[in-house]
Amino acid sequence: MRRSMLFMPGNNSGMLLNADALGADSVILDLEDAVSPQEKDSARILVRNALKYLGYKGCEVIIRINSIDTDFWKKDLDEIIPMKPDMIMPPKVSSGMDIKVIENYMGEVERRHGIEKKISLIPLIETALGVENAFEIASSSKRIKAIFLGGEDLTADLRCKRTKQGDEIFYSRGRMVMAARAAGIDVYDTPFTDVEDEEGLRLDAEFAKGLGFTGKACISPRHVQSVNEVFSPTLEEIEYATEVMEIIQVAKEQGKGAISLRGKMIDAPIVERARQTLEAAKALGGAF
Amino acid sequence: MNKVVKSIKEAITLCGLKDGMRISFHHHLRNGDHVINMVMEEIANMGYRDLTVNASSVFDIHAPLITHIKNNVVTGLEVNYMGAAVGREVSSGIMQKPVDFRSHGGRPSDIENGKTPIDIAFIAAPSSDNMGNCSGKYGKSACGSLGYAFVDAMNAKKVVVITDNLVEYPLYDFSIQETYVDYVVCVDKIGDPTGIVSGTTKITRDPVGLMMASYATKVIQSSGLLKDGFSFQTGAGGASLAVAKYLKDIMLKENIKGSFGMGGITSYLVDMLEAGCFETLMDVQCFDLRAVQSIRDNPRHREVTASHYASPSAKSAIVDNLDVVILGATQIDTDFNVNVHTDSNGFIMGGSGGHSDTAAGAKLTMIVAPLTRARLSIVVDKVLCVSTPGNTVDVLVTQRGIAVNPRRGDLKERLLASGLPVVDIHDLKRIADGITGVPKEVKLGSKTVANVIYRDGTVIDKIKNTL
Repeated sequence: MRRSMLFMPGNNSGMLLNADALGADSVILDLEDAVSPQEKDSARILVRNALKYLGYKGCEVIIRINSIDTDFWKKDLDEIIPMKPDMIMPPKVSSGMDIKVIENYMGEVERRHGIEKKISLIPLIETALGVENAFEIASSSKRIKAIFLGGEDLTADLRCKRTKQGDEIFYSRGRMVMAARAAGIDVYDTPFTDVEDEEGLRLDAEFAKGLGFTGKACISPRHVQSVNEVFSPTLEEIEYATEVMEIIQVAKEQGKGAISLRGKMIDAPIVERARQTLEAAKALGGAF
Repeated sequence: MNKVVKSIKEAITLCGLKDGMRISFHHHLRNGDHVINMVMEEIANMGYRDLTVNASSVFDIHAPLITHIKNNVVTGLEVNYMGAAVGREVSSGIMQKPVDFRSHGGRPSDIENGKTPIDIAFIAAPSSDNMGNCSGKYGKSACGSLGYAFVDAMNAKKVVVITDNLVEYPLYDFSIQETYVDYVVCVDKIGDPTGIVSGTTKITRDPVGLMMASYATKVIQSSGLLKDGFSFQTGAGGASLAVAKYLKDIMLKENIKGSFGMGGITSYLVDMLEAGCFETLMDVQCFDLRAVQSIRDNPRHREVTASHYASPSAKSAIVDNLDVVILGATQIDTDFNVNVHTDSNGFIMGGSGGHSDTAAGAKLTMIVAPLTRARLSIVVDKVLCVSTPGNTVDVLVTQRGIAVNPRRGDLKERLLASGLPVVDIHDLKRIADGITGVPKEVKLGSKTVANVIYRDGTVIDKIKNTL
């Protein structure tokens, strides 16, 4: 289960060394914004070697490559794909065509290295065009397992100020969740950027969960625990879900079409949510 | 009567210093201390030789000792801790006689028992009156507690107080009383305040440090010891401070009223006292300005002597009533023996301080350290120096898992029940070696440069010279 995705700069060997020990479900080793153009090649080599020698058994590994309008993205894939990371995160994806371009080259590199498994994609959507094309992007390839909203670049593109409250990305958040769920994939919220504001982080994460996001990215390891907590089912939710499944079983045995629990009718959506809650609880195995 | 003499030189002469004597110093002025250097320079100029310096600790600022050693002014050195500057030279073999390392509890015990009788104690005092009633709480060089100096004052044949703040008699809030003091010297400056205490001690921002602190806090919670009457000691390292902060939050949330905090006192323990987490702080040494202010102003913040803190021969000592202590390590081996004396190349850069005393006394002794440091595993097959024996260490907390001493099966069960990532210490070593590779064995010479004297008086290890 992927609740938190922690960004780690690809040019910092100390941070790469401990990336998988910080409690995040996924780490995003960044070759893009965290790395200056002069350091692109060294970061690429460092991340490649980190994947090769460190193994990252503790969590899923995602590599954020450079965008397709740069000279770097193909070199990134050339170095990284042979190391078979769990996922590639292309940034500034604005259309299904962008995905096709990336997917074609990924296939080429995979064939070159005899890699049979198709490496997954989690496109970073952070332009106005990308948000408007979110469903097209989300459904453009079987490699895509989730989409991820980037609030900082998006607000620059929208020519508005990025605020803690986040009213300016409200539409985009809703649109992203709708697109992802319609395509049957997961969806991740933009990171909360004030490292010191624990309370603000929790409120922002709870809001995103309320909208339907699967999880949230973090730019600081200090945010990981709160994000994990918010996107984990609570004990009350697990108890309720267990009761729902039990009463549904009873209803089936008694041949009843409708049944109520705690004074509320239990219908198909409630059962589905209960199933999802228990599935998440099982996946976490008590680690929340 | 007036005990004030005009110079350190006059005090030395009046005390009757002779070649071969043992003189003592405390380390409350830490890396800002000028007193050891001033006194030793005078002694060297006066032509004395073959002295034994018994100092509770020496820091890098005391590097001039190296010259005194090379010139045979100092031929014996007895410390509880030694910074890397002097340590490196000692490791290279500049002394004929090995250094004797004791613990903070072992030193006062051996002075009181007459094993290391002090001829002259030179006591740096941030404030003193003309009769030698002195304190660390006041003055421009204030350091707070004078805990380590009591044993010197009470047992040395001659006692010289050296101050830079001579006050009217009587200094009412004295720590060490005049009855022990022979002479008082007033100098311009006993130290540099920036090296004595730090302005603030800060919690680490390093995510690995915070991760370890979070695990350490959960270990304490799961141990069953965090309840009313809880007692706790931690150091001034960033991760240790984070544990203090996390514990404070939990104790306040769960309304747990602890008994005492011990140390090495920092602002974070002062915060815990003021928030009502502890009844009292037992302070053998202050680490920052808040602690100095607190020991001066808050009657619940008590100065305690090194003997009271940790002496193994005292009828009882505070360490024996400690629930939890958090300690560091430069190396820990798969038998849980801990090295805090030497670095991974075998050079002396530390010492037990209160490490082995608190480990022996506390109900839960926890080592908190990153699994790898500077491309080396901190978990090794055999430590280069046993500072604290493994049978007094209960848990190792790293960012990649928590190893429990097999002697503490009860604790392991509790941690597992709490869902903590308990890992066999051999597996931690394997994980670390997988990341760093297995380093070549460090080759050391055959000359003993230091004896590590455990608190019970036995030599638990001999540190060999580096090559």
